[in-house]
Formats: sequence, structure tokens, C-alpha cells
Amino acid sequence: MTAAAIDIVGVQKRFETPGRDVVALKDIDLHIATGEFVCLLGPSGCGKSTLLNAIAGFSPPSAGTITVDGKPVKGPGPDRGMVFQEYALFPWMTVEANVGFGLEIKGMAKAERQERIASLLAMLGLSDFADRFPKDLSGGMRQRVAIARVLAIDSPILLMDEPFGALDALTRRSLQDELIKIWSQFRKTIVFVTHSIEESIYLADRIVVMTYRPGTVKRDIRVTMERPRDSSAPLFNELKREIGELVTAEQQRHEAAERVSLTTD
Amino acid sequence: MSSTVQRPTWKIWAEGAIVPIVLITIWQLIVAMGWVNPKILPSPLAVVERWWQYLLPMEAYDPATMSRFKWIFSGEMLGDAAGSLYRVIVGFAIGTALALPLGLAMGAMPRVLRLMSPLMQVLRPIPPIAYIPLSILWFGLGNPPAVFLIVIGAFFPVLMNTIAGVLHVDGIYLRAARNLGASRMTIFRRVILPAATPYILAGMRIGIGTSFIVVIVSEMIAVNNGLGFRILEAREYFWSDKIIAGMLTIGLIGLAIDIVMNKTNNHLLRWHRGLEQ
Repeated sequence: MTAAAIDIVGVQKRFETPGRDVVALKDIDLHIATGEFVCLLGPSGCGKSTLLNAIAGFSPPSAGTITVDGKPVKGPGPDRGMVFQEYALFPWMTVEANVGFGLEIKGMAKAERQERIASLLAMLGLSDFADRFPKDLSGGMRQRVAIARVLAIDSPILLMDEPFGALDALTRRSLQDELIKIWSQFRKTIVFVTHSIEESIYLADRIVVMTYRPGTVKRDIRVTMERPRDSSAPLFNELKREIGELVTAEQQRHEAAERVSLTTD
Repeated sequence: MSSTVQRPTWKIWAEGAIVPIVLITIWQLIVAMGWVNPKILPSPLAVVERWWQYLLPMEAYDPATMSRFKWIFSGEMLGDAAGSLYRVIVGFAIGTALALPLGLAMGAMPRVLRLMSPLMQVLRPIPPIAYIPLSILWFGLGNPPAVFLIVIGAFFPVLMNTIAGVLHVDGIYLRAARNLGASRMTIFRRVILPAATPYILAGMRIGIGTSFIVVIVSEMIAVNNGLGFRILEAREYFWSDKIIAGMLTIGLIGLAIDIVMNKTNNHLLRWHRGLEQ
């Protein structure tokens, strides 16, 4: 299995906090096709990470169902490899051990494991860092290791939670290109959360713009431009303006809501 | 660490020696001028002389009774140091062996924490010294009561830090491990345990420090060798030079233990970000 489809039907997520309930997700219906690259885009508080965590199985929806290739999601698992914004590498393991950890859990024999680790490290330009600890690496390098770690377990689905959000612009672009290369090669299904409009247009087949609280699907946009995409092309900029307006409207609702809560609290 | 040029090692040592040398010189002068009774405060030279005497074998070398190697280590001080270290090591090892599994269980299982926490909270503030009467009642004299007190002294720092270490494991590591398909046991062994290690080692370091304090006190009550016993004995004979010589030895051994612990920590935690230089 190299990729899988995700079906999200009638998903709702409610967080109960003392005093008030927050509806983070409401009436989400999404079909993500096998091998599709989807970006979830929206301002903070739109529930995009909540949706990703629900798909990952970390936090089940309050209502509705999420299925992967027809099987309901019951909890986290290696069929949906996750890349976190904070890298989440195990600092006590070397780069090699981090990448191999998922394979070790699977019970893969050592020789086979080492071969696989070596080829992944080579692919991501990490071969010289195999025996280093994460603390010795830059942010970009750490995120490469995190990507290698999920590629190692060969998950049909990659879930990425603002993976490049903490990186500088140049590192970010080079990792975006790397990700596209990997995706073209392995054709995995990717769900990628971001709040960068440009990033979503640069990467995705499809951009799902979400509304601010409650999080719903505001617009589902297909991007058909050829890759590699030119971020200065007219079509790119037109799309950027169109999506920019959608996102700005939600950002303004977000800010207005914050002002209200500041004055009432 | 800082942007200034690294000072040469000899300079650091020379700088560190200034204050002790000044203080010792003043001390020597005070005694030499006859301002204090040397029975109360002996001169530093007398202390060093006594320390050396204390270190050396007490009897002349006699090949008939022992080998030369054994003879070199037959001095009173080395015997005392070995006695004290033995108690510290046994007591600390038992204390840690009890505290570590309990702390891990309390940190990882909320039910165990709820069951054990109230008792531990009440026992923890009782200083090991307060157990002295009970330890003599229970274990009589000799090593057992001393070791018992050290076990108590080492137990709580290791326990509290182990609990804190497990409770403070960053949730992101647990999520990453669950995402990779790790079982609960694997998560405990490969994620929680290493993530808690910095806390656990800090607890062990405090624990061995406490053990060292407790061993000196316990030797003043229950045994007839060891550094604590020796300085109390020296007081009875009014050998103030020997008291200070004994204290000096305690300080040197404490320093040596701390250096060893520090090196071990740095090696075990070489992955840890806090150690970046």
C-alpha cells in the first residue's frame, strides 16, 4: 500500500472548558483522494490542527466519522505518519536511531533496517549526521530527520502540522521543494496544515480554506498549475489574491472575536 | 560559553587558589603570634602534618605480616574512608533501588500516585537524623543502623525527582511515539525513561550528597570506624588538628564523589540540550 484515501463525514469537535464550550469544528465533510496533496489553510483558531489531530487519532471528533480506506480511525497509528511543527525528534536518540525507531517497533531486522535508514538519510542529505544528536542540528535539518522518520515507516498517509512554520524563508523553500520531490516519487496522500497562503499554493493539489470558529470548510480550491510552480507567475498571484481575501476575512473575524473576549473577560 | 577568549587552565587554578592562600596565611599568622590557644585552633601546618600522619601506615613495614601493597593502604585514614564509602555506597544503592521503581510507578500510573503520595508527603519532611533512635532500637549497633539512615537519606531525593521526571515528559514525544505505533511498554522504556533521566540523575546527585552527610552523623553514634567516628574520637582526646584533618578528608572525598557524578551525568546526558557549551 503506498497511499490511501481519507473520508471525513459530518465531523464536529467541541471542547468543553469551564464557563463555555468552544465548537472547534462543525459539519466538516471532506473526501481526500488517494495520492492527493491537500493543504488545510486558515488563521489560527480555525480548527485546522484540530482536524489534523482527529485524522491522526490523537483526539477523536465529538460527532461524525473519519475513515481511512474504509476503516474507521480508532487511535494513532503508523498508517498515518505525522510530522510536527516542533519536530518532536527524540533528543536522546541519534539521527539514525530516530529514523529507525518506527522500523524497530515494527520488528524489522537490524540489517534491513540499517540499509533502509542509510538510503533515507542519503535521500534527505543527512548521511553525514547519522550519529549526531538532534541538538547538534539546525531547524531545517531536524525537520528533514522528522520527514525521514515518517518515510521510514512507509505510511500511506503523511499528516503535516505546519512543519515548516518555524524555519527561515530559504530553508523553508528548499524543504518545500524536497517535499514535492518526495511526494512525486512516492505518491503518498498528504494533508498539510499551514497558515501561509503562498506555501499552500506552491505545494497543494487542493487547498481547503477554513473559517474561524466554528471551523468549517469555507472554500475548496483546486490548483492545477504545473510543478515546479513559479511563485511570480500571474496565475499564482491571481490565486494568491483570491485566497488572500478569503483568509483575511476570517482573520478579521478572529481579531474581532479576540477584542470582544478581552473586553468581556 | 562566553565570547571572551578562553583563559588558560593554570590561570583559572591560580585565581582559585588566591582566597584559600590568603585565608590560610592569616590563620597561620594568628596562631604563630600566639593569639589563640593551639589546642583550640591548631596552625594549618600542624593540621597538614597531622593529616599526613593520619594517611600513612601506623606501623613500620614488616614483610612477615603483610605485603607491601597492603601495608601502603593500612593507614588509619584510608581505613576510615573505606568504611565511610562502603556505607554510603550500600545505603545509596539500596535507597535508589527502592526509590527508582516506586518513583517510576508513581509517575507513570496515576492510581499508584494517588495511593502512595499522601504517605510519602508525610514521611518526606522527617530528616534522616530523626530516625537515629529508631535505627538503634531496630538494628542495634554497627553498620546496619548507619546504612538504614543512609537509605532514608538517599530515598526521598531520588523518589521525588523520579516522579517529577516522569510527570514532566513532554507530551509531544508521547504523541510521536504513539504515531509510530509504539506499545505502552515501548513508550515507557524508550521514551519516558530516557526523557526522565535528567531529573533522575539530578535526584541521585542530591541523594548521594545527603548520603554523605548522613554517613558522618551515623558514624558518630553507632560504629567504631569511619571519618565521622574519627573526628568525634579526636574531640575526646582534644586533638583539634586531627578533627580538622578529618574534616579536610571528608571535604576531599565529597569533592571526588561530586566530580565522578558530574562526569557520569555529562556522559549519560550528552544528548541533552542543557549541556551545550
